[in-house]
Amino acid sequence: MNAIETNKLTKTYGKSRGINELNLKVEEGDFFGFIGPNGAGKSTTIRTLLGLIQPTEGSAKVLGYDIVAEKDKILAGTGYLPSEINFYSGMKVSDAIKYSAALRKTDCSEKAASLSERLGLDLSRKVDELSLGNRKKVGIVCAIQHSPKLLILDEPTSGLDPLMQREFFSILKEENERGATIFFSSHILSEVQTYCRSAAFIKEGKLIISDKVEKLEDTGAKKVTVRTKAGVEEYLYKGDVRKLLKELIEKEPLDVTVTEPSLEEIFMNYYEDKGGAK
Amino acid sequence: MTVFKQELKSQRLPILIWSLAIGFLIAFCVLMYPEMKSEMDSVSDMFSKMGNFSQAFGMDKLNFGTLIGFYAIEGGNMLGIGGAFFSAIIAISALAKEEKERTAEFLFTHPVSRVRVITEKLLSVYAIILILNAIVLVCSVCSIFIIGEKVEWDILFLFHTASLLMQFEIAGVCFGISAFISRSGLGIGIGLAAMMYFINLIANVSSSAKGLKYITPFSYTEGSDIINDAALNVSYIIPGMALMCAGIVAAYVKYMKKDLQ
Repeated sequence: MNAIETNKLTKTYGKSRGINELNLKVEEGDFFGFIGPNGAGKSTTIRTLLGLIQPTEGSAKVLGYDIVAEKDKILAGTGYLPSEINFYSGMKVSDAIKYSAALRKTDCSEKAASLSERLGLDLSRKVDELSLGNRKKVGIVCAIQHSPKLLILDEPTSGLDPLMQREFFSILKEENERGATIFFSSHILSEVQTYCRSAAFIKEGKLIISDKVEKLEDTGAKKVTVRTKAGVEEYLYKGDVRKLLKELIEKEPLDVTVTEPSLEEIFMNYYEDKGGAK
Repeated sequence: MTVFKQELKSQRLPILIWSLAIGFLIAFCVLMYPEMKSEMDSVSDMFSKMGNFSQAFGMDKLNFGTLIGFYAIEGGNMLGIGGAFFSAIIAISALAKEEKERTAEFLFTHPVSRVRVITEKLLSVYAIILILNAIVLVCSVCSIFIIGEKVEWDILFLFHTASLLMQFEIAGVCFGISAFISRSGLGIGIGLAAMMYFINLIANVSSSAKGLKYITPFSYTEGSDIINDAALNVSYIIPGMALMCAGIVAAYVKYMKKDLQ
């Protein structure tokens, strides 16, 4: 079964685009990275899947349940961390975590205590006094304490220091080994390349590509760097090598390097609207 | 009832401040009454000659020489205006604050249906109004016992019941508005309550504007009418309650499908 499956999922805000006919599949137990530039539709996709906003057209299932008709069942099995999380003013950290557990009618005190300790959370502090990073840590505890089947995380590492990011991914790996599906959106391609087994790239509301990370890396494209009198030119090349060599000679190069591109470089091609390798 | 409890908990301080402020002001006026009693006949006489001004506040038909007449004016204005503003503030922020304070993403991604959230928030609004009115009534009754004056208790309770219904009506309408807005609605809520108060003043003064009495909830809290009739005016209460219900239904219809920011 797929943990997430969307079928031509579309969300528009009046005349503005949100997401357009998105067909996304995330397998159960996968560690999935959802990549795209700002305004690409990552948060809109996540918010539609969680029922915060209504789809304009299309349909989607999360954990086998319809996102419109069976929203509560989805939310019972899901943990969610928004990109910018806010709690009720005046609450202590411990109150926010307990309130989240109470809303789920679950006693998660043991796991909440263990997560809080690992993340170095001061439970007695007021949520209003917390920095973005510390608010995020509270959000992580709230999202994970009930051991959900699916974890949806929107830009989870923003605000976390590198040490905390490492601890966070170690928690995510443990949750994934427990059987939880991890779906997170990110700008940082290196963390997707390091931790994810699958990834999808969204741009201007449309899904550009979705596959296993190793397949995405294995595009057959080469990163070509040419130094000429006019300057340095870098691009991805995919195709007949003889044609490439002919092109390079015509440029009268001073130096040429041909290397394997990183996942980041492959996706940057999409970012820069090149539509893939030459 | 997790959301209900959280709402009540978060409003503890405002409830206490508003209840004690209104309650103590009413008690203060009641405690002053024995000293002012001897001069009240001349005050009643003076108000009866002040034309439209007295008419607007219903003071032309009230006897200040009795405690209930005095209470209807002093207490009526304090509980009327204070209670209306408080219920408007509480109700208009009930749903809107989730988006304004950006906590909607936290609350609505838990397995609690929107119907449940709306219902628990609505119940909390009415529970808060009941608590305020109970505290005010206790302050009022205690002060009357302290001065040892006789008062028509049935009229006094009718008067407080009318105020409670008026606050319920304003809360229902404001709760409906709350579902449509994503920012602070305090200005709208207080403005609406104040507008209703002034509409009642206009209806009191102008005979051609009597129809406005069916719009404003202050029409059935008019102390002079309650004392003279020893009953509440149901013909004003029924449209008021219908308006309250319309507000609540609108809140459910809108918020169930609303895209939360």
